[in-house]
Amino acid sequence: MSRPGAGPGTGPFLLGIRHHGPGSARAVRAALEQCRPAAVLVEGPPEADAIVHLADEEGMRPPVALLAHAADDPGRAAFWPLAEFSPEWVAIRWALARGVPVRFIDLPAAHTLALNGDDGERPTPDPADGASRTDPLAVLAAAAGYDDPELWWEDAVEHRRGADGGDALAPFAALADAMSELRTAFGEGDGSDGARDLVREAHMRLRIRDARRRFGDGIAVVCGAWHVPALAVKRTVTADRQALKGLPKVKAELSWVPWTHRRLSRRSGYGAGIDSPGWYGHLFHAPDRPLERWLTKVARLLRDEDFPVSSAHVIEAVRLAGTLAALRGRPLAGLTETTDAVRAVMCDGSDVPLALVRDRLVVGNVLGEVPDSAPATPLQRDLAGLQRSLRLKPEADARDRELDLRKDTDAARSRLLHRLRLLGVDWGEPVRPRGGTGTFRETWRLSWEPELAVRVAEASAWGTTVRAAATARAESLAAGAATLADVTALAEHCLLAGLPGALPTVMRALADRAALDTDVAHLAKALPALVRSVRYGDVRRTGVAALSEVAEGLAERVFVGLPAACAGLDADAAATMRGLVDEVHQAVALLAPEPAPDEDEAAGTGLRHRWAAVLGVLAGRDGLPGGIRGRAVRLLLDDGLLPGGHAARLMGLALSAGTEPAEAAAWIEGFLGSGGPGGMLLVHDERLLALVDDWLTGVPAGAFAGVLPLLRRTFSSFDQGTRRAVGQQIRRGGPGTGGTPPRGSGAGARLDEERAAAVLPTMRLLLGMTQQSACHRQRGAQR
Amino acid sequence: MTVPGTESAPASAPVSESVAAPEALRPHAEHAFAGELKALAAADDRPRPERWRLSPWAVATYLLGGTLPDGTVITPKYVGPRRVVEVAVTTLATDRALLLLGVPGTAKTWVSEHLAAAVSGDSTLLVQGTAGTPEEAIRYGWDYARLLAHGPGREALVPGPVMRAMAQGLTARVEELTRIPADVQDTLITILSEKTLPIPELGEEVQAVRGFNLIATANDRDRGVNDLSSALRRRFNTVVLPLPATPEDEVGIVSRRVDQIGRSLDLPSVPDGTDEIRRVVTVFRELRNGVTTDGRTKLKSPSGTLSTAEAISVVTGGLALAAHFGDGVLRAGDVAAGILGAVVRDPAADRLVWQEYLETVVRERDGWKDFYRACREASA
Repeated sequence: MSRPGAGPGTGPFLLGIRHHGPGSARAVRAALEQCRPAAVLVEGPPEADAIVHLADEEGMRPPVALLAHAADDPGRAAFWPLAEFSPEWVAIRWALARGVPVRFIDLPAAHTLALNGDDGERPTPDPADGASRTDPLAVLAAAAGYDDPELWWEDAVEHRRGADGGDALAPFAALADAMSELRTAFGEGDGSDGARDLVREAHMRLRIRDARRRFGDGIAVVCGAWHVPALAVKRTVTADRQALKGLPKVKAELSWVPWTHRRLSRRSGYGAGIDSPGWYGHLFHAPDRPLERWLTKVARLLRDEDFPVSSAHVIEAVRLAGTLAALRGRPLAGLTETTDAVRAVMCDGSDVPLALVRDRLVVGNVLGEVPDSAPATPLQRDLAGLQRSLRLKPEADARDRELDLRKDTDAARSRLLHRLRLLGVDWGEPVRPRGGTGTFRETWRLSWEPELAVRVAEASAWGTTVRAAATARAESLAAGAATLADVTALAEHCLLAGLPGALPTVMRALADRAALDTDVAHLAKALPALVRSVRYGDVRRTGVAALSEVAEGLAERVFVGLPAACAGLDADAAATMRGLVDEVHQAVALLAPEPAPDEDEAAGTGLRHRWAAVLGVLAGRDGLPGGIRGRAVRLLLDDGLLPGGHAARLMGLALSAGTEPAEAAAWIEGFLGSGGPGGMLLVHDERLLALVDDWLTGVPAGAFAGVLPLLRRTFSSFDQGTRRAVGQQIRRGGPGTGGTPPRGSGAGARLDEERAAAVLPTMRLLLGMTQQSACHRQRGAQR
Repeated sequence: MTVPGTESAPASAPVSESVAAPEALRPHAEHAFAGELKALAAADDRPRPERWRLSPWAVATYLLGGTLPDGTVITPKYVGPRRVVEVAVTTLATDRALLLLGVPGTAKTWVSEHLAAAVSGDSTLLVQGTAGTPEEAIRYGWDYARLLAHGPGREALVPGPVMRAMAQGLTARVEELTRIPADVQDTLITILSEKTLPIPELGEEVQAVRGFNLIATANDRDRGVNDLSSALRRRFNTVVLPLPATPEDEVGIVSRRVDQIGRSLDLPSVPDGTDEIRRVVTVFRELRNGVTTDGRTKLKSPSGTLSTAEAISVVTGGLALAAHFGDGVLRAGDVAAGILGAVVRDPAADRLVWQEYLETVVRERDGWKDFYRACREASA
């Protein structure tokens, strides 16, 4: 085989490059222009030959990547990212524009995927292939007197503006020579990656041989510089075939996926090993004066962020960067020099705005695009169609988006995002909305990561449209769910995602599990989510009749089991159960809205009524933990379901001398509740305060130390004003004595009807009530 | 335009005096390192900006140290990121004013003095910024006897350091720029942008000749004293001098400076006190960063800055103690008092911080027993 990169007409022209090097890209373009090859061979999986023509299509915008995944296991994937400034991309585009055939020559993805095995996230080739092993570039750089191999490559190769009129192949020949020296010095194929390289190179040689037979000698090969010497040596076909024998194989599918600049940079998972894709892109695009153009961009960015940066700053930064490069003996100001100049001139020496420049420009947030004609699973197509019709474009930057579920489009967007989450494609992440807790508002943080393409491919197994796939996935999750709470959460998710198709299955699973689950605590835990679902279903206009049936069934089961489940609990379990009672109470309130005034009496059979009965049982049954009983009394009292004086009687019973002081203290804690306005009750109802007071003064000295912590916990959770008010009442001689409160304390003995009436109009406005119903409620409250 | 009378003006006298004074307590950089500057000038074959004594590359080498082709060793004057010095020198070469920012004791003045010495061969054109710095200190003043006798004229004018630097194409220095009142600061705007200094009383002006530049230093710990106006700030390239990155760097800086100061003060030579220096640096770094070197224990930081410069003076003081009153070996007891003084700036709060540090960190540390005892004695 000929000397690498020898004169025209003596091909094959071996063009050794650094992956994603803008200088290499320019050199490759010049070389191709000069030798006009009959075919272009590129390092990459040969399976992609069939889809390479897409690179020339209208909708294709780099950065993009070739995605290969195993057909039966889409999670096992490999990427070959290509940026606009990648030499491979330039070569492909050059060839396609001129009708020159393009062939990929690397080891087939079928083998690569199989070899990678479980280690699916192996990053694609490093810069100059093999830089990671013994770092031949570092040796070359050190020989040239550079500390940083990247910097050396920049100066020696990337920053060379193609010598006009010179031999465009000369730099490749020099590089090939240097690489052969290195390969001799370091030995080939040591280490695991090295062994892989030998196999890959054998395959490349075979493919080159094929291409020569077909297209003649005038072909160009674009590959990592490290491989060039290996491709130039003569090896027998049999030897190469031998090397490829017995490689494991899977069925691979290839397609193009959009990629991002951030993904190209080294810091992220599938990094391509370059630090500054934005800067490279700029170098590649800038027709001339790259430094001036770059600093103008920086100035614009800083200006947009309200840093005072003028043209004068740009001028000074350009001068500083240029002189700095001269001082450091570099041919052109590189990223280091420009960064130093920006820091000193534009950022007042501070690194903070510099971080912004780095994130937005040096790395950049470009997201590529792939034409619709690219091979894709039906699910991907469906997703793309939905994205278009809902005007929800994938973007690389994380951004928050508010959705108003009362609008059709926003509701559809919300459904799509929820469905995708169900499928494991976490494009959007629900975040707590900034203001308000309205149920018709959702806030999502959207960020499209290239890996999501893999997830979509994986999810393709579930169905051909997002809706169908999500439904199938939800059904399978329901069948496999471990606990009742899982199923209810799933049911909630199904409603959010608008998947009525999955609901019957999920509901059946739910009903089955609820029937079999004997633990009331589980049932009680599951109820709130379910009830929330019913409510959301209303907002989203989804049919929820089936759901509320299940919820009611669940509630009934809880009602039946609860009193028994509350017996014989220790303190911790009792506290948990008290929380559950609270939650069930709220859930019941949501599930069965307050009866309308005209059917007041008829509501006796309703859910609320039965719940009230359960609470009554809880409140009255001896032997249940004090905390739960107290809580039950309180809930009944709050709902106005205890006849006058009944609460006081119950409290009197609970606090009578026969009761253990600790139990009584727990009762008070349950009754007054921890946190919230529970304490106000004592301020306003003297009888209750008197009962507590009497009880407290009657606690024997020996038991007082035992109940003190509980009481302290209860009372310390009241806000300061309440505590002071209670204290004041006690000081006035105790609640029982009926001392007249001092004027202006605001705590009158009785409700001042006249003064209270003054706020009613405003309340009505706030609550949107009509005059009449407000009156009714007022009456109800007084009852 | 030239300025007649600068040579004869009395204000220029200090320059010639300092040349004639090898006995000076602290010689100027250009005298202390005359040998290195000469060797650099001889070896330097790169292009030099007009009126520069050295090329930018040689200036950077002078500050960062190196070995010349003829074997002359240039000692490093600044230990820290190469980038900082390179950007500073380049700034001067591009005819922009340079603003060195940093917390106290990060060698701002030191760097500015050496830059001026290497670039112009003269580091004495200095305006010390204080709250009371008047405009005359930056521009010019009048010889009132002459003014009354002969009326306004060039003879009666007393040029300030900046004016002289402009006339002769030298580097002027302004120390503690942010301490100067804002209206006085703004005098610099015309000088830096128009490169002229008008003398309205005479209807004349002084135009800067090539080679003129200005290095200012400012402390960014107590920023806001007199913050720079954005008009002035725009005239400067800003370089922030960081605190030493690693303990090794800091120990190196302290030992080197202590050695130099000790020589210039003719302290009796004391055997290598590297261990003690390392201890001082460790204490300073830990208290400054608010965390122990092993990263395990959080500490309170005292109100002082605990800069490298203070570490240097603690060690120098300790050396003097050891030499004159001790047994000639730098011991824990010699530095303890100095450390106490550097750490406890606020008698109430800082003393607590220091006690806490002593009891929780120093006492437990292996091999620090003597140091702990010495510190206890010193603070008792």
